[in-house]
Amino acid sequence: MAKLRGTGIAAVNYPTGMNLGGDPSQALIHATTTGTFVISLSSTDLGQGLKTVIAQIGAETLGVPFENVLIDTADTDTGPHCMGTFASRATHRVGNAVIMAAKEARKAMLEVAAEELEVSPDDLDTDGKGNIFVKGSPERKIDITSLALAAHFKYGRTISGRGMYIKPKSPVDPETGKMDPDSTEAHACVVAEVEVDTETGEVTVISLKSAYEVGRQVNPALVHGQIVGGAFMGMSHALYETTAPYYPSPDHAPGSFSEYIIPGPHELPHIESVVLEYPSVNGPYGVKGVGEMTANAPIPAIVNAVSNAIGVRLTEYPITPEKILRALEKSPKVKQLAENRS
Amino acid sequence: MPSRIVAFNLNGRDVEVMVKPLTTLQTVLREHLHLTATKSGCRQGGCGTCTVLVNGEPMLSCLLPVEDIAGQKVVTLEGITPIEGLHPIQQAFFDNYAIQCGYCSPGVIMVIKALLDRNPNPTRQEIMDAIAGNVCRCTGYEPILRAAEDAARRLQSA
Ligand code: FES
Ligand code: FES
Repeated sequence: MAKLRGTGIAAVNYPTGMNLGGDPSQALIHATTTGTFVISLSSTDLGQGLKTVIAQIGAETLGVPFENVLIDTADTDTGPHCMGTFASRATHRVGNAVIMAAKEARKAMLEVAAEELEVSPDDLDTDGKGNIFVKGSPERKIDITSLALAAHFKYGRTISGRGMYIKPKSPVDPETGKMDPDSTEAHACVVAEVEVDTETGEVTVISLKSAYEVGRQVNPALVHGQIVGGAFMGMSHALYETTAPYYPSPDHAPGSFSEYIIPGPHELPHIESVVLEYPSVNGPYGVKGVGEMTANAPIPAIVNAVSNAIGVRLTEYPITPEKILRALEKSPKVKQLAENRS
Repeated sequence: MPSRIVAFNLNGRDVEVMVKPLTTLQTVLREHLHLTATKSGCRQGGCGTCTVLVNGEPMLSCLLPVEDIAGQKVVTLEGITPIEGLHPIQQAFFDNYAIQCGYCSPGVIMVIKALLDRNPNPTRQEIMDAIAGNVCRCTGYEPILRAAEDAARRLQSA
């Protein structure tokens, strides 16, 4: 009986979204009478913070405060089309669509302001605090609420914009096989440290340390949240989760939600991460995407760490105690330990 | 079996509901009284998102026939949320990014409330023990533990 320690490493290159052409998302923006910019989408926020980052991107492009932007994802039947929130695609695809829509809405906004301030739209700029002012004489300005009221009730105009993103198809060159297989790739490397109890077959993940390169971070706190949550989920897949029986008989399969094993707070390893930012050329403000990939690399890193600890390569996960105990029977390390004792 | 009236105290007010035997407190809260902060995850005691306080103790409302709590004091997340702003525990969750999809949050917050009421300065281990029955799929628990520690500090200095 012993506790064996091991370290494993794994890396991932993650292509954002569905590729080879297509994968569209659309966005519509309109200002309400009081100057709230509503961004209508069918892109659902699953908790990753999409609404927050899209509002940030919209506000930045419009030139208005974050608080003036409202994300409406109420109805996927009636909203602008979106392929969905998956494959780490939403910030990249929807963000691009929102930038396009916001540019058009900003143009309409500056045109109305130009009429109110009696200047050319080219002479106007936004201060990001809710005002549009004349370049060079910032005291000549109009606030967004007054502007939106004027657009609606004086000029009979909308302040609105349309945007879309679609990935252009990239044909394969028949001579060379060359093509552009993805939009952009994020990268990560995870190092796992584990301890295996040779008596019970249980694995404790001691730490998951990672480096992520995800393009520009729109919201670093949300990126960190994805990395920590994803690391935990990856650990869960590596060691616990399965809908298949743990034992040869199907009777041992989880029959309901409460029998499906996932780890809890006691299994939380030490999680540490650094993030590198190499902006992408085609993402909104250089975004690549971070989401799904955070649960990917921890799995092989943990499996590699267990193999390193016990000296036997495991090829099937989740690595349950049963699988470990069977593997240990073949482990040279464990044989060595037994011989040392006798 | 016929329906009967069950009276209890909910968030400081006396309420009466007409229910069939074995109707759970969860169903009464969500479907009869339309208080939907208390979530419905598994309805079999496996996830903790339906947790409410009964006489200050955390209980799974999906396993609790409402007639069993007749005459007792029930507090839900609505009951600790002020008219304006947030309860210090809610604020700590918000500030520490301890909410992603938010489905586990009402249950976790009620468990933390019960913990801090009887143990204002818990260790990390005690917080983990308290929320061991609450499944969180999103956060990896780390921000929840930080939020609970932060909430304890806020409540003590309040
Ligand atoms: S709904 Fe009550 S424990 Fe899951
Ligand atoms: S935040 Fe989604 S389950 Fe906890």
